[in-house]
Amino acid sequence: MVEIGHFALVLAFALSLVQSALPFIGARTRQDRLMAVGGPVAITAFAMTALAFLALASAYVQSDFSVLNVWENSHSAKPLLYKITGTWGNHEGSMLLWVLILTFFGALVATFGRNLPAVLKADVIAVQGLIGAAFFLFVLTTSNPFVRLSPAPIEGRDLNPVLQDVGLAIHPPLLYLGYVGFSVCFSFAVAALIEGRIDAAWARWVRPWTLAAWIFLTGGIAMGSYWAYYELGWGGFWFWDPVENASFMPWLAGTALLHSAIVMERREALKIWTILLALLAFSLSLLGTFLVRSGVLTSVHAFATDPTRGVFILALLAFFVGGSLSLFAFRAQSLQPGGLFQPISREGALVLNNLFLTTATATVFVGTLYPLALEALTGEKISVGAPFFNLTFGALMVPLLIAMPFGPLLAWKRGDLAAAGQRLYAAAAGALLVGLVAVFFVDGVTAFAAVGFGLAAWLLIGAVTDLVLRAGIGSVAPAVALRRFAGLPRSVFGTALAHFGLGLTALGIVSVSALQTERIVAMKPGDTAEISGYVLTYDRMEPVRGPNYTEDRAFFGLATAGGRDLGEIISSKRVYTARQMPTTEAGIATRGLSQIYVSLGDPAANGGTVVRIWWKPLVTLIWLGALVMMAGGTMSLADRRLRIGAPARRKIRPATAGVPAE
Amino acid sequence: MRLPRVLALILGLFLAIQAVGALAVTPDEVLADPALEARARAISAGLRCMICQNQSIDESDAALAKDLRVLVRQRLVAGDTDEEVIAYVVSRYGEFVLLKPVFNWRNALLWGTPLVLLLVGGGYIVVASRRRKPTSAQVLTDEEKTALAEALRRET
Repeated sequence: MVEIGHFALVLAFALSLVQSALPFIGARTRQDRLMAVGGPVAITAFAMTALAFLALASAYVQSDFSVLNVWENSHSAKPLLYKITGTWGNHEGSMLLWVLILTFFGALVATFGRNLPAVLKADVIAVQGLIGAAFFLFVLTTSNPFVRLSPAPIEGRDLNPVLQDVGLAIHPPLLYLGYVGFSVCFSFAVAALIEGRIDAAWARWVRPWTLAAWIFLTGGIAMGSYWAYYELGWGGFWFWDPVENASFMPWLAGTALLHSAIVMERREALKIWTILLALLAFSLSLLGTFLVRSGVLTSVHAFATDPTRGVFILALLAFFVGGSLSLFAFRAQSLQPGGLFQPISREGALVLNNLFLTTATATVFVGTLYPLALEALTGEKISVGAPFFNLTFGALMVPLLIAMPFGPLLAWKRGDLAAAGQRLYAAAAGALLVGLVAVFFVDGVTAFAAVGFGLAAWLLIGAVTDLVLRAGIGSVAPAVALRRFAGLPRSVFGTALAHFGLGLTALGIVSVSALQTERIVAMKPGDTAEISGYVLTYDRMEPVRGPNYTEDRAFFGLATAGGRDLGEIISSKRVYTARQMPTTEAGIATRGLSQIYVSLGDPAANGGTVVRIWWKPLVTLIWLGALVMMAGGTMSLADRRLRIGAPARRKIRPATAGVPAE
Repeated sequence: MRLPRVLALILGLFLAIQAVGALAVTPDEVLADPALEARARAISAGLRCMICQNQSIDESDAALAKDLRVLVRQRLVAGDTDEEVIAYVVSRYGEFVLLKPVFNWRNALLWGTPLVLLLVGGGYIVVASRRRKPTSAQVLTDEEKTALAEALRRET
């Protein structure tokens, strides 16, 4: 099975070469037959990669330690779920997942791109094939997961304990679906540049792919954030770690792309810019892959520290980013500029959105790479950490968030800012009220935090305002309003939901940053600790033996200050036997939207245990907001406009009696 | 090839232990004066744990981080201002210890990028929109206006 997988992988590489060459030649020489080769080859390449992936996964499930990769990252006592997820919990396997998803998207374009013009489709599939071929070569030459080991050891070295979590089942696949999803936008952009022709239809074809990639990336980042929150044991949700930044940059660029593609689709404006963003979004994905895979940054995520890989990925990065940007420089001028618009208009608002999002992307980019560049050039070492990003990124987000509710209320071409402002009176009043209540009636809220609460309220009410006004709620009869509401295009709901989700996330972040409380105490069984109206009683500590770890499990009773019992919190410290590596398993109790977070420390001097307790008000909104954003994206994806080639047949209602036909 | 990889693994394990040991400030470090302790926490959050990956000494479990936390508290108790404490730590450990790099010419590119991009991008947008202002050709002639009015009248 392993050799079949290895063979399938080589075959997939060969197919990718075919996929990158024949349709491209066909498109240049306008030969339909050659162009038509692309589709079936792309689908076959996906099938082969899937076979290779299944072969590796089955080696993991069977604990076949004659495979080097399995021996290095698995253990026979590991639960089945982690045997499966362990397939991509290491460098080689995760690169295999990367190419699997890449060929998956290639196959999707081949399957669902039936109504694309033949030349465009052939070019897109060829570029996908070229990316695929480059990465297959990378996997086969530097990161082959199918290398055998002889003699086969009896037992494996186990998976990094931090990764033995359901998070590994969800986070990397989602993240890669997002990262690699942008490759389709990239291929579309390169195809458009090759032909030197681009129009609104192009934007309409690209937008679903952008949306899909964006939805997955949003989910992947949010999942990673929640995973780090509960697994790393100190309750942070975002660390501005270079690896996090690596996934955040494509998200920011992708969000900008999503918005500029709207302008292009509706008004044919911003063509050149949209193309550039499509190139950048995937280039940043590649950069992220390079940063994580090359070992340039050593962190919990970086499994790879082999320099040959780093150089290989750097070469790939230079080829694709440099190549596409050169193509852009040569061909961008040949693209016809599109529709005109006034600065105050929907287009203008979306341009503003792009300006701030791109600047934010650049800020994260410079902040992440500056220490590396400075050290390489001058040998000086500096650190760029959370305080820098919070300050600069935060300062960039504030104007963007203030402007956000205006966008959907402005008309295309020429908008009326004063009229839009008038319609946002309710949101402004709500924001002011929330800010005032926060500063005067909630303990511990500074003026700065109150502005944050106000801003979150502004986003939430602002997002709803658009729906309320469009449906005419309050100004027409309820029945009419309801009908109008139900009849609104799904993309309008999508926008409102996504913006509302961002408001929820903002509220969560502001709330935790401003109102979180913390207790650090040394506790013995029977001791109690009080935090923000809750009482935690340390009940007992029990040793527990898991399948591949041993742990000290501490049981806490949670009650309100009034003494009402709220159940148990279990927090533990684990040691994974194979690697003798400790981890903390935080105990979390969710109360409404807030959480109580309990983490165990080392034995204290007084014979007890150090316990760290946090009250994290509204913390779950950070991730719930991301889910709402994803729902918004999905809603937008379901809009009739984007289901191209399948015009929904409208049901003809039987004419009611008494109405004469005209 | 084998040896570097084994070394890397050991290094990785070492770093991972640093990262997941997790409990940072311990009860015996905490100062009696809550105001002073709050200042110590705020300062700690901005100082890097030198042997960790992207962790502040406030979050880190490493012994070196603990030493630094204790040092910060000692200086605070001795009556230093926040700036003096940070200056003292930097004088001993170098600028690498600061999670927020200093604002100077060497770091101009780092700090300047957001502002410069915003100004250049905003400036370009303003200039471009001025240059491409819709011309007066969009204004209707008198003849067209009468024709339009006529058409509208007929419609109703």
